[in-house]
Amino acid sequence: MIHHTIRRVMLRRPQATETPAAIETLAALPAEAATEPGLQIAPTDPIVPYFQSAPGAVELRQLELDSPALEQMRAQGITMVVPLVTQGELIGLLNLGPRLSDQEYSPDDRRLLESLAAQVAPAVKVGQLVREQEVEVRARERLEQELEVARLIQQNFLPKQLPELPGWRVAAYYRPARTVGGDFYDFIELPGGLIGLVVGDVTDKGVPAAMVMAATRSVLRAAAQRLLEPGTVLQRINETLCSEIPPNMFVTCLYGVLDPATGLLRYANAGHNLPIVQSGGDVSELRATGMPLGLMPGMSYEEKEATLAPGSSVLLYSDGLTEAHDPDREMFGTGRVRERLAAGRVADELISDLLAQLDRFTGSDSEQEDDITLVALHRSGGDSEMVPVLEFSLASAEGNEREAMLRVGEVAAASGMAPARLERLKTAVAEATMNAMEHGNGFDADLAVDIAVARSDASLRVRITDHGGGREIPSAETPDLEAKLEGTQSPRGWGLFLISNMVDEVHTESDGHRHTLELVTHLKGDGETDEPDPA
Amino acid sequence: MSQTPLEATPRHTDAGTTIALSGDIDGGARDTLDAAYAAVAGDDPVLLDFTNVGYINSTGIALIVGVLARARAQARPVSACGLSEHYREIFEITRLSDFMTILADGPLPAADRNGGAR
Repeated sequence: MIHHTIRRVMLRRPQATETPAAIETLAALPAEAATEPGLQIAPTDPIVPYFQSAPGAVELRQLELDSPALEQMRAQGITMVVPLVTQGELIGLLNLGPRLSDQEYSPDDRRLLESLAAQVAPAVKVGQLVREQEVEVRARERLEQELEVARLIQQNFLPKQLPELPGWRVAAYYRPARTVGGDFYDFIELPGGLIGLVVGDVTDKGVPAAMVMAATRSVLRAAAQRLLEPGTVLQRINETLCSEIPPNMFVTCLYGVLDPATGLLRYANAGHNLPIVQSGGDVSELRATGMPLGLMPGMSYEEKEATLAPGSSVLLYSDGLTEAHDPDREMFGTGRVRERLAAGRVADELISDLLAQLDRFTGSDSEQEDDITLVALHRSGGDSEMVPVLEFSLASAEGNEREAMLRVGEVAAASGMAPARLERLKTAVAEATMNAMEHGNGFDADLAVDIAVARSDASLRVRITDHGGGREIPSAETPDLEAKLEGTQSPRGWGLFLISNMVDEVHTESDGHRHTLELVTHLKGDGETDEPDPA
Repeated sequence: MSQTPLEATPRHTDAGTTIALSGDIDGGARDTLDAAYAAVAGDDPVLLDFTNVGYINSTGIALIVGVLARARAQARPVSACGLSEHYREIFEITRLSDFMTILADGPLPAADRNGGAR
């Protein structure tokens, strides 16, 4: 930066009213010196520390320094230099040639010059700072413009609408990071009513990534129409990309071909995150091996298939989701994603649920690290399809848990729930509502507890939501009855334990503002008996 | 389902001391239950009759734990009768049944009553 801050101060020819000494000296400069570009002084030049610590004007004639800058200044006809120093920093030099009268500079001249330098130095410094800032602003604007271009490219190549597949719920989500990565997704209509599903991620960020993403998408669309096998499609794209993209870039991509009529999904994977499937309550990953695209020619891609039965769900996603960090640098990971699928979230509900979990995990004021892409498909039907049957809100006042119990009980009875299961569910609902009113809402009558009941052919789901904010719902522990009887522990603390023993599944979730306890009870027990299950 | 305040009727019979409970055992039952237990002070076996109890919540469980704790301190046997299938299951899950004898039916030992009916 020294060449920015140390430069000769160029003064325009002064007016007649200005100080005679200054006029004289400046006029004395050789004509070529006055128009020469600023003198560049190397930061290592010994003249720098000399000027920095000089008490005032310096006559070059008396100087004995091994300094290239000194040589250059003398060659330019400079005889006296007044260092411009402000706050201990040398920011420029006031250079003067010999006096026109050929006389030495008098002590008065020197005093005048020094006082001039003392006033000029801070002004020059301000000028320098302003200029630096302008350069920075321009650089930032250029970067923002580039990012905007990248965003535009990316948005332009993402699907404008979701495919309409009878019997399926389809949802997709894309949120670019500020620096815009190279995520993309696509739905490709194929012959025979099939649909191609694509989720990919280009290494690198900004415009280059967006360009490669656009190219990959075009090649993929073209190949997908001609070749139905997903492995062959990826192989074809790999060959094209290897010759066309920069050697340090590659693309991960999951490509699947779905037959919406049968649920058959054939897929191949070029090093992308494994899709996660929920089927009949089981959650698994769809694994197929293959190298990322664009790294090496001649690659082949394993092709596999899975059948998504009615009630199943699949989630395709990018690493912007699973590799997001919390403030302690822990990663979100696939475990949390699998959990949400296991909890029965599907399609758009799954996506908003995952995003709420993610925001809570990373902290709301953290900047998104990478693009996030989510594509979720759910095949309707099956005995796990949940249909809303009842929603209501209750004020947080003691006694209202009975209303919750009664209303949920009526719906459960109408669903044909076995009587013993019904009684257990009622107890769980009363306890959970009580907890929500007391611990979640602090019995604030203005805060409601929201209760939503949904049912499938096989089970009933009750979601009880309070305003408990960041409160973690503790996990149910078996109370120590001996300690309670001996009086060494409070006789209370049975609520969560009862709840967890009264229903088949308990899930908790929070978005940082609201808490939800979800209870799931199967309508019938094993073998449709009405006997209580062993605890 | 409206709240039914608990009523507790303590009485001494030849078979021992009985507290007949009627209503709901929840947070509002504390004083009633405490008073009823205080009224049957002693060390003879005590029977809690739940026949007319409609609702027991977790706070009610805590109150029953409190009664059991006091009886235990006096080495006084406690039994319970008249529990519905559902609350019998809850007494088992919470292990209250490990510390009190759960009788199959109403206030009298089941065998006696059945015998009387024959």
